[in-house]
Amino acid sequence: MSPARQKQVIAVVALSVVAGVLAFISLSDIEDNLVYYWDPVQLLEKGELAKKATIRLGGVVRKESIDWNPETLKLHFKVGMTPNEKEEVITVHSVGAPPQMFQEGMGVVVEGQYDGQIFKSERVMVKHSNEYRAPKDGERPQEIYKTLLQNET
Amino acid sequence: MTFVFNKVIPFLALGLLFVGHYMGLFVAPTERMMGDVYRIIYTHVPAAWICLIAYTLSFFASVYYLIRNKMGADTFAEASAEVGVVFNAILLITGSIWGKPTWGVWWTWDPRLTTAAIMFFAFIGYLALRRFITEPERRATWGSVVAILAFIDLPLVWYSVKWWNSLHQLQSSPQTVDAAMVTPLRISAFAFLFLYIWMVHVRYKIGVKRLALEQATPAPLAQGATP
Repeated sequence: MSPARQKQVIAVVALSVVAGVLAFISLSDIEDNLVYYWDPVQLLEKGELAKKATIRLGGVVRKESIDWNPETLKLHFKVGMTPNEKEEVITVHSVGAPPQMFQEGMGVVVEGQYDGQIFKSERVMVKHSNEYRAPKDGERPQEIYKTLLQNET
Repeated sequence: MTFVFNKVIPFLALGLLFVGHYMGLFVAPTERMMGDVYRIIYTHVPAAWICLIAYTLSFFASVYYLIRNKMGADTFAEASAEVGVVFNAILLITGSIWGKPTWGVWWTWDPRLTTAAIMFFAFIGYLALRRFITEPERRATWGSVVAILAFIDLPLVWYSVKWWNSLHQLQSSPQTVDAAMVTPLRISAFAFLFLYIWMVHVRYKIGVKRLALEQATPAPLAQGATP
């Protein structure tokens, strides 16, 4: 086999590997197995399985559920599928100031343990949507930022 | 053609980079939720696009090299991958800087972040491998194989936010971004595209010269070797 022909064979093999791996990934259920977080419904479905290890819960901060104590730095809130969810909500307890954008109706991902009643979070992350909007009339994002900075000092 | 590559493209790259980033920083409105933090998208998003384009062209050039056995294609593949790694680094660094104030963490092993990091190290590996093989033909052949295999990760980077639930948001579209923010983003994207063309062109010329130097018979020896 000439060197040029040899390279063509190598190309075919390499491209087949690429096609094979991509086909495998798109057809297999790797989508179900590779999970970054569970939403509240999935977490409740898992039952006992969810109580064994450190897990991540993702959802939306329920309206009027935030209880922040600046003295003790205790932060309690509820996470549901939607901001007004009533049934399938999970109560989260965490300690420490949350990220600046943390607020009602915001997407969050929390890391910690769930004991069936309370999700004890070691880390609260805020999930941003893919929407980028200018402030509406009267909204002052810079002002929000300033008040948060004051809270920190 | 030389005039285009040496003058027009650098001028467009730097000019649009200035206009796009100036508009992004000072003309575009702030964002409702994030305030001014969001303005890093004018660097982050174009870097992501151009990075994916750079690696994709490197992939096609590598396939072309193996099929047609043209050394120039391999030289281009290396140039494009090297520039891609630069944009990939910008992507990861700006993403991290944005992630801290927005998400609350510099880094997390979310599918998008993980696949983007794999992409970075895969192409670093490609460039490293090339340094270890001294024989040009062998280097081009095995380099091409690695570039083709590393390409597997690119669709995963793109679809990671759709296939798996991730902390990183979905791709934005003009429907989800205010028009006043889209224009600077487009200008910055073209700036990065011209920056890419400029850098690859320079890197390709270096590659061609290096190869010529490697393949040249040492001249004094050839002349002095009388029977």
